[in-house]
Amino acid sequence: MSEQKQEKSEVKPGEFSTASLSLTTKERRFGERAIELGIYTVSSLSIIFIFLIFAFVLREASPIIGYTLSGEQTEKSAELTPEELTRAKEIVGEDYPILTHNSEITVSALIHDKWEPNSTYPRYGIWPIVLGTLKSTFVALFFAIPLSIFAALYTAFFAPLRLREFIKPVIELLAGFPSVVIGFFCLITIATFAQDLFGYEFRLNSVVGGFGLSLAVIPIIYTLSEDALRSVPGSLNEAALALGATKWQAAYQVMLPAATPGIFAAILLGLGRAFGETMIALMAMGNAPIPSWDVFDPARTFASTIGAEMGEVVFGSSHYQVLFFLGVVLFVFSFSINFLTEFYIKNKLIKKFRGNE
Amino acid sequence: MLSEKETVKIDISDLSLFYGKKQALNNISMRIPEKRVTAFIGPSGCGKSTLLRSINRMNDLIDGVSISGKVVLDNVNIYDNGINIVNLRKRIGMVFQKSNPFPKSIYDNVAYGPRINGVKNKAELDEIVENSLQGGALWDEVKDRLDSSALSLSGGQQQRLCIARAIAVNPEILLMDEPCSALDPISTDKIEDLIIQLKEKYSIIIVTHNMQQAGRVSDYTAFFYIGELIEYDKTRKIFTDPNVKQTEDYITGRFG
Ligand SMILES: Nc1ncnc2c1ncn2[C@@H]1O[C@H](COP(=O)(O)OP(=O)(O)OP(=O)(O)O)[C@@H](O)[C@H]1O
Ligand SMILES: [Mg+2]
Repeated sequence: MSEQKQEKSEVKPGEFSTASLSLTTKERRFGERAIELGIYTVSSLSIIFIFLIFAFVLREASPIIGYTLSGEQTEKSAELTPEELTRAKEIVGEDYPILTHNSEITVSALIHDKWEPNSTYPRYGIWPIVLGTLKSTFVALFFAIPLSIFAALYTAFFAPLRLREFIKPVIELLAGFPSVVIGFFCLITIATFAQDLFGYEFRLNSVVGGFGLSLAVIPIIYTLSEDALRSVPGSLNEAALALGATKWQAAYQVMLPAATPGIFAAILLGLGRAFGETMIALMAMGNAPIPSWDVFDPARTFASTIGAEMGEVVFGSSHYQVLFFLGVVLFVFSFSINFLTEFYIKNKLIKKFRGNE
Repeated sequence: MLSEKETVKIDISDLSLFYGKKQALNNISMRIPEKRVTAFIGPSGCGKSTLLRSINRMNDLIDGVSISGKVVLDNVNIYDNGINIVNLRKRIGMVFQKSNPFPKSIYDNVAYGPRINGVKNKAELDEIVENSLQGGALWDEVKDRLDSSALSLSGGQQQRLCIARAIAVNPEILLMDEPCSALDPISTDKIEDLIIQLKEKYSIIIVTHNMQQAGRVSDYTAFFYIGELIEYDKTRKIFTDPNVKQTEDYITGRFG
């Protein structure tokens, strides 16, 4: 320090020079160090939390995985009187094991089309839930993708500046909307309206629920797509227009393809949201585990099943384990989507569009 | 000062342009000859690009621009009401200072203009693409990789691709805004040769900061200063015996 002071005093007042700065004196930046450390701690903590949560979910679901790896499904049949057994077979069917609420469940018991975890002879087939999730996610994206991409094209290239500055925040506001409100709105209003319009049988179904999900997904896809579209250099737009393209042609043929990686990422994130959204699915989809491809049948999703049943399940029971297993599936799916977005899109697609083949 | 024997392609009269309240062009009047190269020179910010972009109405894209005066192309004032701007731009090609190929294949870049003009036939497109790339002096370098991304080309190649893309629609006029400013001397040479070839078919306007370049490629030169047209004459005259002192100072680099 004293050395530095000496050197500095050689500089005449009113004259600034960097030449006197010593290159060998140690840097002292405690403030910066502390901030760096703080940020580092916080971000490591959040990563650790995610791992802990996953580890917990995995642990609770692990018996299922363990039994699957180690062997046979246990059946309760031996303990039943012949009469009870026939009765049970009548209810459960020949091709499904007779289980209790504390049986050791394997994955093969989950591959079935009846979800009846609370009956005397429970069945844990997740096929209706898989179908429900697929249907509602599909419906949600079916509404959300075209709407949000067209909206993004409009605000990015056609809307006057003032209008854009109004539309974008409003749509983004929708993202912060409590999903219980969207669910309620669909449950009360949209459900009746759509039933009057189409005249189908069940008031609540995966179209109504999927529409509700799309309300949650649209802001995500819209905002990210709009950003992607606007980050395409304006010089490409000018090039197309100078060649005599109409505004629409330039937007659709040049800007949209150039923004594809970003839009694809937006869609994937929207997909993740639709897949994991609980409240809307719980409220607006009828929540019946029906193994049907018909989008106008009631349905339930992975998330809504967990949301509806986890609160009442007996701790440590097979039902409990199965619910956690659903959680693992949900987790792995969301994680893969984010992973895919991060790596595939960023590396492959961007390279493809930015050259270097 | 257009020589008597030239045909006038673009007749600009009393053109003034404002960006909001800021005036960028002040009463410009000049007649641009057909099938010649006209160079716009002048210090940075004097309005060269603005004038160039007024000729294909690219300034319409900018909010708050107001324009008065006329730009007459083949007896039509392009600022009249009801002008079909899309068709106007189809007849006027433009090459930008920074090359801006689409993130598509080389082929699709060149074919873009013809396609939006309704050319669908593959054989016809192939021919247009080949001719245009040859016109852009790029064919030999890319003929084996037409399907690879335009962005995999070097900067100079990208700029020649942009020229090829612009001439693929067969425009009558080619506007070039500092087409060589980001290029190395070899690429610049190629593009200059190209410009000289192209003037057989097109009326070319080129904005440049490079006096040698203006001297080499242009037939006419216009010198601008703070939104005004100071002097406009045959290039040889401007470079050897300018009428206005300002022009001489600028060309000889004594500008202050
Ligand atoms: N989009 C715009 N909005 C507002 N002012 C602008 C805009 N574009 C240009 N100007 C202003 O208009 C004047 C002329 O600009 P122009 O780009 O035509 O100059 P130039 O002669 O092409 O300069 P350079 O040689 O640096 O390219 C400048 O003062 C510039 O600041
Ligand atoms: Mg310029």
